[in-house]
Amino acid sequence: MKKLINSPETFVKDSLAGMALAHPELIKVHYDPNFVYRADAPVSGKVAVISGGGSGHEPMHGGFVGMGMLTAACPGEVFTSPTPDQMLESAKMVNSGAGVLYIVKNYTGDVMNFEMAAELARAEGIKVQNILIDDDVAVKDSLYTAGRRGVGNTVLAEKIVGAAAEKGYGLDKLADLCRQVNINGRSMGMAITSCTVPAKGSPTFELGEEEIEVGIGIHGEPGIERMGMKPADEITEMMALSIIEDDAYTRTVREWDDAKGEWIEKELVDPPFKAGDKVIAFVNSMAGTPVAELYVVYRKLAEICEKKGLTIVRNLVGPYITSLEMQGMSITLLKVDEEMLGLWDAPVNTPGLRWGV
Amino acid sequence: MITKDQIVAWLRRCADVLAENKKYLTDLDAAIGDADHGINMDRGFTRVVSQLPGVEDKDIGNILKMAGMALISSVGGAGGPLYGTFFMRAGMATAGKYELTNADVAQLLEAALDGVLQRGKAKLGDKTMVDALTPAVEAFKQTLNGNAETDTLTALEAAVAGAKGGMEATIPLVARKGRASYLGERSAGHQDPGATSSYLLLNALLTVVNEA
Repeated sequence: MKKLINSPETFVKDSLAGMALAHPELIKVHYDPNFVYRADAPVSGKVAVISGGGSGHEPMHGGFVGMGMLTAACPGEVFTSPTPDQMLESAKMVNSGAGVLYIVKNYTGDVMNFEMAAELARAEGIKVQNILIDDDVAVKDSLYTAGRRGVGNTVLAEKIVGAAAEKGYGLDKLADLCRQVNINGRSMGMAITSCTVPAKGSPTFELGEEEIEVGIGIHGEPGIERMGMKPADEITEMMALSIIEDDAYTRTVREWDDAKGEWIEKELVDPPFKAGDKVIAFVNSMAGTPVAELYVVYRKLAEICEKKGLTIVRNLVGPYITSLEMQGMSITLLKVDEEMLGLWDAPVNTPGLRWGV
Repeated sequence: MITKDQIVAWLRRCADVLAENKKYLTDLDAAIGDADHGINMDRGFTRVVSQLPGVEDKDIGNILKMAGMALISSVGGAGGPLYGTFFMRAGMATAGKYELTNADVAQLLEAALDGVLQRGKAKLGDKTMVDALTPAVEAFKQTLNGNAETDTLTALEAAVAGAKGGMEATIPLVARKGRASYLGERSAGHQDPGATSSYLLLNALLTVVNEA
């Protein structure tokens, strides 16, 4: 294993320390428990938007902390969900009194840890809601799996919901918006190489020189299907069509019902894309794939969207939700309305995403 | 009968066993998950052992609850909440006790398993730790059934045999929960890492009781 680290044990902390030094005007880092938070938090009168997940996906989530996006982020060990004490302590630190929205990627560990954190935060009198992001169309059914994984749409949700919090949306309205962003976005990813978790020291899976893994998540986990390498256009077409032609997707999520004072099961349905929809198109690198190759993908994606009657009104191209040093990419399409589009365009000032300031 | 000192020795033994099996569990996880289970469990029980001196003279309930809290705040992933809940519930079931009768142990195991089922919502056959824990708890209770004279060792041996059988039975299963579920049919043919760590933890208890 060759990596620019000092040791697997100190990797996450060393990286957080460097990030704090690089962006002192935007963020601060708290250690034991670890979390990144806005330098000016708590922001008076505003709902705090907190996310988190395993490390190794940078800039997500810590790099998206700042004005117009996340109020705090909890980094776990590499590819491992953070723990409830991180989520609770960050909530206590950044809660202005307007409440906390936890944006949670749908992975078994993340969901359970954030649910425990929400229970602990509520016991301390903090208003909390958990909203899931589950956008990975590579997962076909929700009945026999843990459901669709939270992948690329998380970045778009954090931007849009963060902008809404900045505008002063209350917790319930913010939770509604986050749910809408979730059900209107779909993603799919693929890998050209595996990646190496520092603590393990060897690649998570082996891929032959001429093989790709399609339908991966963001943790170096094996995907849905392994196939031979193909030209970028063919791979892009296969993935774009999987997203655009995906049927309505139904699953049950757990959310907190404040009136009842308990977790309730809620059925959510993703409406399929249709001609005339306006979308944000997001082509993401898993980190190892150069931006030039992402544009090769974007070129074909734009052509397919046009053919399918989808208007790309905004785009994002680059490494934003990564998988250590993996080569590969993901595509996300999010159907937006005027409200979401306005929030997307709103100013944002974070280490990883910055415009309008 | 299981004493407080044996519970303390069990937690230390768990840490040793998980350190020894760190690579093994991580390799099992690499096949169908994300290659961190051994690393996470090792980190968790290292934390448990580091906090043992502060609670060693307290009752079994307190010791087990401390273990649960330590795991919740250090393991992460799915293992943290699940094993954390396992030990928290075990602690709640043994509050105030310094010795456990067979009936107490049965209650401990049942409460711990219930906690895992509630938190993780897995069912038997989903290819999770539940597949090792359920037959273990069943075997323990069945061995005791109607015979107050059964010694704890015999019942624990049955429980560990149940866990081992359940663990091995996860090999052909298709995962329906956790990260392995995304592999669908490709998850078959691999032993579940969570069921394996559950077996290792119960076997560690047997080892400690056996040494007495």
